[in-house]
Amino acid sequence: MTLPEFWTSYLWPLIIMVAQSVLLLVILLVAVAYILLADRKIWAAVQIRRGPNVVGPWGLLQSFADLLKFVFKEPVIPAGANKGVFLLAPLVSCVLALAAWAVIPVNAKWVIADINVGILYIFAISSLSVYGIIMAGWASNSKYPFLAALRSAAQMVSYEVSIGFVIITVLLCAGSLNLSAIVEAQNGKWGLLNWYWLPLLPMFVVFYVSALAETNRPPFDLVEAESELVAGFMVEYGSTPYLLFMLGEYVAISTMCAMGTILFLGGWLPPVPFPPFTWVPGVIWFTLKALFLFFLFAMAKAIVPRYRYDQLMRLGWKVFLPLSLAMVAIVATVLQFTGLAPK
Amino acid sequence: MILSALFFYLFASICVASAFMVIAARNPVHSVLYLILAFVNAAGLFLLLGAEFLAMILVVVYVGAVAVLFLFVVMMLDVDFAELRQGFLQYLPIGGLVGIVFLAEILLVVGAWNIGPGIPNLVAAPIPASVTNTEAIGLVLYTRYLYFFQAAGLVLLVAMVGAIVLTLRHKENVKRQVIANQIARSKATAIEIRNVRPGQGLQG
Repeated sequence: MTLPEFWTSYLWPLIIMVAQSVLLLVILLVAVAYILLADRKIWAAVQIRRGPNVVGPWGLLQSFADLLKFVFKEPVIPAGANKGVFLLAPLVSCVLALAAWAVIPVNAKWVIADINVGILYIFAISSLSVYGIIMAGWASNSKYPFLAALRSAAQMVSYEVSIGFVIITVLLCAGSLNLSAIVEAQNGKWGLLNWYWLPLLPMFVVFYVSALAETNRPPFDLVEAESELVAGFMVEYGSTPYLLFMLGEYVAISTMCAMGTILFLGGWLPPVPFPPFTWVPGVIWFTLKALFLFFLFAMAKAIVPRYRYDQLMRLGWKVFLPLSLAMVAIVATVLQFTGLAPK
Repeated sequence: MILSALFFYLFASICVASAFMVIAARNPVHSVLYLILAFVNAAGLFLLLGAEFLAMILVVVYVGAVAVLFLFVVMMLDVDFAELRQGFLQYLPIGGLVGIVFLAEILLVVGAWNIGPGIPNLVAAPIPASVTNTEAIGLVLYTRYLYFFQAAGLVLLVAMVGAIVLTLRHKENVKRQVIANQIARSKATAIEIRNVRPGQGLQG
């Protein structure tokens, strides 16, 4: 193989891929810094407080100040901890959360890896993220993190089941596992009435609540319920390892918002399909929809009281599982007998 | 081609090495973590074969569900593993025997695979480019192998019912949460509003 051939077939595609990934990561991390701030500001506004307002104008640099604070602290590893697994756990949860963004299309053709089984990939990655929690709880070698890890792992595994069924109903309607194809399947002349949130409204609600539980957000934040427990599985962590957990958590939230946008809110499609709205780039619509979902997440944190653990499990297994299973059967039947099923 | 060969050797060597570490690791939790690494690399090998659906399902089912249960069980076992390792070597002959039988069977299968007439065509049966891998599996699974598929589902259902029957115990004198009663509580039954005068309290 000659050098120009090697350049065009391997090196140049590699450079483009790396550049795209770095660009996405930088935008994503800056976005995460600001949704973290938005989360705190919304929470504060509901409670008639000011929220972070000291670092930078209106507290805009607060997240970066927090980042520096965490990074410059000394990482403490407990004497009895299993050192390798203890340090691996935060890395696993952060890297897995970031890896899910590789297949998310933010606009038509704007995706790093346009794979056929995109939605399965995200599902697989989010089912892996339970390992970060279990490993952290076990490696800390202390009973509080351990019990918290078991609790949290059981919660994540339970709500994954209903998210799986929600995904199946959307797949039945869209007829593809590719995320771009799922968005395109929601394109129609009725604009936002064509998107799946309307025909699949019960599943959209189930998805929203399950996403809250899957990302350990309030009202399901039993992992770190600060009034009755300490800080869940990450109680032994400090400085950068803790920062990685927190980063992973917020990136997972942003992934869930993006997934809700793609599955139910028509991804990058404009809400009304005529000129003034179709001129706006799709990535703007995508961002606005994802931010709207994040606003719902933040409001749930501010206004809903925390669930008890047995109520959480009851909701997952006795309410959502039968409901979503029934919806899979109903949607499949309707699609089959009305001839609406995608070819 | 070079790239896919490179990735094949990467996935394959990590897979074999971590499979070895599953049995060599001293700590059983480390064993399970190595098992997970082996599963993920096997999924990578499936991806190289172009079987992306199987790769993802392998990760979702084995890594996301089965291995989590393994890890739960292993973490909660309170066994003195140093004691367990006493007399470890006395199982070596029988373990070796099982390994050799297994190896021989695999060799026989692989050998027959190559020898049988017409088999090489089956091995290399290409997936038509117009059909994605998920569609191809679905088309075969729900038409030709429908009864086998349903039978497999039934076997799993029986196993699930069996597991529930084995572990279900009806204990007496256990306080349970009755969610219906909790939801049915109203303001009238739950709270009472009293006008408390300063300095007198609620007595009398």
